[in-house]
Amino acid sequence: MLSTGLLGATVTPPGTPPGLDLQSSFIDLAQAMGLTAGAARLLWLPLPMVLVLVGAVVGVLVSVWLERKISAAVQQRIGPEYAGALGVLQPLADGLKLVFKEDIIPARADSVLFSLGPVLVVVPVILSWLVVPFGQNLLISNVGVGIFLWIALSSIQPIGLLMSGYSSNNKYSLLGGLRAAAQSISYEIPLALAVLAVVMMSNSLSTVDIVAQQTGAGILSWNIWRQPVGFVIFWICALAECERLPFDLPEAEEELVAGYQTEYSGMKFALFYLGSYINLVLSALLVSVLYLGGWSFPVPVEWITGWLGVSPDAPLVQVITGSIGIVSTILKAYLLVFFAILLRWTTPRVRIDQLLDLGWKFLLPIALVNLLVTAGLKLAFPVAFGG
Amino acid sequence: MSIASTTQQICFLVLSATTVVGSLGVVLLPNIVYSAFLLGGVFLSVAGLYLLLNASFVAAAQILVYVGAVNVLILFAIMLVNKQETLAAIPGLLVRRLLSGAVCAGLFALLLRVAFTTNWALPGPPPVGEEATIRIGEHLFTDYLLPFELASVLLLMAMIGAIVLARRDVFSTDVITGEPADQGLIEKDRTPLLIEKSAPAPTLLSKP
Repeated sequence: MLSTGLLGATVTPPGTPPGLDLQSSFIDLAQAMGLTAGAARLLWLPLPMVLVLVGAVVGVLVSVWLERKISAAVQQRIGPEYAGALGVLQPLADGLKLVFKEDIIPARADSVLFSLGPVLVVVPVILSWLVVPFGQNLLISNVGVGIFLWIALSSIQPIGLLMSGYSSNNKYSLLGGLRAAAQSISYEIPLALAVLAVVMMSNSLSTVDIVAQQTGAGILSWNIWRQPVGFVIFWICALAECERLPFDLPEAEEELVAGYQTEYSGMKFALFYLGSYINLVLSALLVSVLYLGGWSFPVPVEWITGWLGVSPDAPLVQVITGSIGIVSTILKAYLLVFFAILLRWTTPRVRIDQLLDLGWKFLLPIALVNLLVTAGLKLAFPVAFGG
Repeated sequence: MSIASTTQQICFLVLSATTVVGSLGVVLLPNIVYSAFLLGGVFLSVAGLYLLLNASFVAAAQILVYVGAVNVLILFAIMLVNKQETLAAIPGLLVRRLLSGAVCAGLFALLLRVAFTTNWALPGPPPVGEEATIRIGEHLFTDYLLPFELASVLLLMAMIGAIVLARRDVFSTDVITGEPADQGLIEKDRTPLLIEKSAPAPTLLSKP
């Protein structure tokens, strides 16, 4: 029984719409313009990578602007006002300022590790974007290990933090790096267990399959109704992994100056900054994929096309469905980013012992119980819990 | 030769070169922090080799377990106890190094002989690719169930051992009165061992 249940995972559920496939359309177009199939593929290869970099950076700019505006609103200020309409260009100005700042390496620092640290922090986060789906075929690579790849990649980050904390030759940096590593190891376990419960329901690690399992009845079929505990655990752990307040102990200003980033300036500091915001947007996107139905609209698009009497396979309809998918994924993600920002400006920071207690003595047992209950429910109600 | 196979060969060469050079660095570098960071690099390139062999689940598990847990813990331990002290010279260091070098060279020669004399079935079985996760799960719960459970018991033993070592007070006695002190593993307001029972209870010091 076990083997059939597991093998069933590879079969895509019948009736899923083919959706937009940009790659095959692009290759067809290039071949129509007189290129060979190989050359067309070669032309296509760099496009998704560039798209991911641009998407990640734009996502960061938007969330920095949101952070500034929302924090201002929370504190009854106006916030950035003059750089562009409503200050939308302010994050761009911040970024440009960082590009032109002098890059300082402290005299007693270990210069090789000092330069390598920020790179090791950013690269895994950007790599993780390759499993985030925006539509049935709108993701960089539908690897079978999908969400597991993200968990594995996010575990590389603490090495970069430890590296920069150690090489700065500064007690605050070292303490910040150690705190970051301890925090990230502690919260990785409940995070992985929460993901495991979702994976158990969808019989697959692939992010596309996880979203496909949440379609069918619109908003009612989203995982948040079946995994409310898992959702809360995942969100808390994601905040802790991103080092957002209330869990920003590694860079607690009042205690550690700025933690592991104390000695950094210019572009290297910008890499840390970029990494933390890319990570925040990525976590929000993954929450929306795992628990909020990913690209699916609250009312299934197939129902709408049925009511309107149009075929869901028509090219124009597919473009519209694809756009709705992208927009709803991003909307869900930014709703969560909004909550994260609101949390940052309204909650106090936890102490280090409270942080570790919460992770090991509360979230870990709850996540284990959640996994057990999910397994039980899956056996008892295979219809609702993806048997 | 197609683009894919050329890329694969270049990747293989780069990854194996990083693995070999990195592991030599782990052993030969005098600074233990560099060794630990290089060890992370070696684990990563081994994960890359698994990826080249179409074993993406094993590669991800390698990164998660070895880079994310083992290597981070090694670094953590090094940085927590990174004392600047001059180590006493070990007598006969050169002889020890030569001996260990000879043992390593012998092992290397043995492995080379095995690699060249074995009749490798070429080409090997077709890679299962994305099916691998399911296959590994099936094997872990059927014919490899006993080794899997034994490994988990081993890890449990290591964990209990670590807890016992870290919490010496479980077996300790009060320094002054000689009575057994604080036997419980459950966290409670601990009585500091070095303070007399008759003395007024300290309010600020009793909590860590």
